[in-house]
Amino acid sequence: MILSRITAFLLAAAVVLMSLPMAALAELNLELDDPNIEPMPFAVPTFVAENAEASAFANQIARVVAEDLTGTGLFREISKDAYISTVTNFNSPVQYADWKAINAQALIVGAVNMNGNNVTVKFRLFDVFSGAALGDGLQFGGTTTSWRRMAHKVADAAYSRITGEGAYFDSRVVFVSETGPKNERKKRLAIMDYDGANVQFLTDSRSLVLAPRFSPTGDRVLYTSYESGFPKIYVLDVASVGRRALADQPGTMSFAPRFSPNGQTVVYSLSSGGNTDIYRMDIGSGAPVRLTSEPSIETAPSFSPDGKQIVFESDRSGNQQLYIMSANGGEARRISFGTGRYGTPVWSPRGDLVAFTKQSGGRFHIGVMRVDGSDEQLLTSSFLDEGPSWSPNGRVIMFMRESAGAGGEVGLYSIDISGRNLRRVTTDGGASDPAWSPLLK
Amino acid sequence: MTHTYKAIFVVAALGLGACTNPGNLAGNGSGAGAGTGTGTVTPVDPASNPNSPAYFSQTIGDRVLFAVDTHTLTDAGRATLTAQAGWLQANPEYAAIIEGHADEQGTREHNLALGARRSNAVSEFLISQGIAASRLRTLTYGKERPLEICSAESCYAKNRRAVTVISAGAGV
Repeated sequence: MILSRITAFLLAAAVVLMSLPMAALAELNLELDDPNIEPMPFAVPTFVAENAEASAFANQIARVVAEDLTGTGLFREISKDAYISTVTNFNSPVQYADWKAINAQALIVGAVNMNGNNVTVKFRLFDVFSGAALGDGLQFGGTTTSWRRMAHKVADAAYSRITGEGAYFDSRVVFVSETGPKNERKKRLAIMDYDGANVQFLTDSRSLVLAPRFSPTGDRVLYTSYESGFPKIYVLDVASVGRRALADQPGTMSFAPRFSPNGQTVVYSLSSGGNTDIYRMDIGSGAPVRLTSEPSIETAPSFSPDGKQIVFESDRSGNQQLYIMSANGGEARRISFGTGRYGTPVWSPRGDLVAFTKQSGGRFHIGVMRVDGSDEQLLTSSFLDEGPSWSPNGRVIMFMRESAGAGGEVGLYSIDISGRNLRRVTTDGGASDPAWSPLLK
Repeated sequence: MTHTYKAIFVVAALGLGACTNPGNLAGNGSGAGAGTGTGTVTPVDPASNPNSPAYFSQTIGDRVLFAVDTHTLTDAGRATLTAQAGWLQANPEYAAIIEGHADEQGTREHNLALGARRSNAVSEFLISQGIAASRLRTLTYGKERPLEICSAESCYAKNRRAVTVISAGAGV
């Protein structure tokens, strides 16, 4: 929305800095698939306020950048108390020796300028031990209300340059906000930044709502609501919060919707006469096409990133297992074969993995497997873990966890697909059914 | 569930043309909703009228229970549903929504589909007993509306249920 203007600009200083001799052999790089990965120490001094109005943002933006990076579990921030130098001018040469002495492998330097409501943020990333800038300087423009997004953009650039992975901090999560005891639960749709900030409610608590899902551009949300008294699929426009019901067949119930990668098709479950099968619908015309015709339960469909295949769950074998079929239906091949029940499959944005919920041994797990069913890894275990959703770069999974009993609490967690860095996502009150947006534009 | 029962008892009050205010009836309804079946004795206890929805829910029994991840009717369930069918035949001015529910041991979507199976099993049985399909509608809540909230089989057994909720009107 606001940050359409992202300008990369070369700094004159960069040329000088690049010509300095390489001081260390190691390049600034984190290999995320390395099982023995150690958090990389970094420093992010308070950004330089280029005018008086910018000073409030200069510190806040640097803090959010630091929180984004440390939140991955891949980076460790060096305390300001250890700093030998400070950064008072964005264009001053970096005192590498001072940062090396405190073992800051990466240094993030930024500056903030305010002009009325407009905020400009500049940043540079330095590989301290190589004594060189890593990539060009970047500049982001926005308004005072979008300063956190600019911070996420800075952190995204630093994360991507160091790890070689896609970015994900500048993203949002739509979820179900929950209040009240389990037998009188009130549920509302809400949206927030990926880190739990800027919560905004999208529906009131009058109707039960379930399992929201973003469109591929993040502008719309599909969800299931009992507004009519029966479960039915709605599509909501995030900007206007306007909603409409998708076309449905009288006497049936529909749920578990997801968008196709091009945003024009919805795949979902429809229950009729007690039997639940998978359908797809062109969102414009509202014409449904039946994709499965089995007496068993077929539900929780999710498209592959190329839109050609659908992974779903079915109990046709006698209990819940995962299957893949063509996006046009037809024969399905089973991909899960372990003991227990597998449900809620979600195809990763990179196309290589399927995340799922598994029930076995009286516990629930979030896991991943390759799309051919090999290399199953269970990442979590608890009384109830359910409903994985992928970060835009396919490295992190967010899911819901609920504890047992009358006082059981429900909240959101995230975990790296390596199984590291299980974290609670801060929400005010109960939360379930997270769905991660694509990276914002 | 509480609000559903309130709705039933408001309907009951209207049906009887009772002069008691709906608030009191709703109070009784909450007790019935908890499954006690022993409403406070008042001069206008709706459950004493065999043609009342309160009588249906408290005396005949408005629910049947299921084993884990199944929708097969038990013998006890069939007996309850046979009696439900008898009441519906004797009271043609009422229709019913059959709510299918699951316990919390299961994923959300699967449990919605399971609840649909359970409500349909009840609907089909009532139809087989001569109730017009046009008077019945099926609804699934999956695991969204547990009656009991402990995380033990004693609660789960009561949550795996299909509840026949009587509403005014000959068809839904």
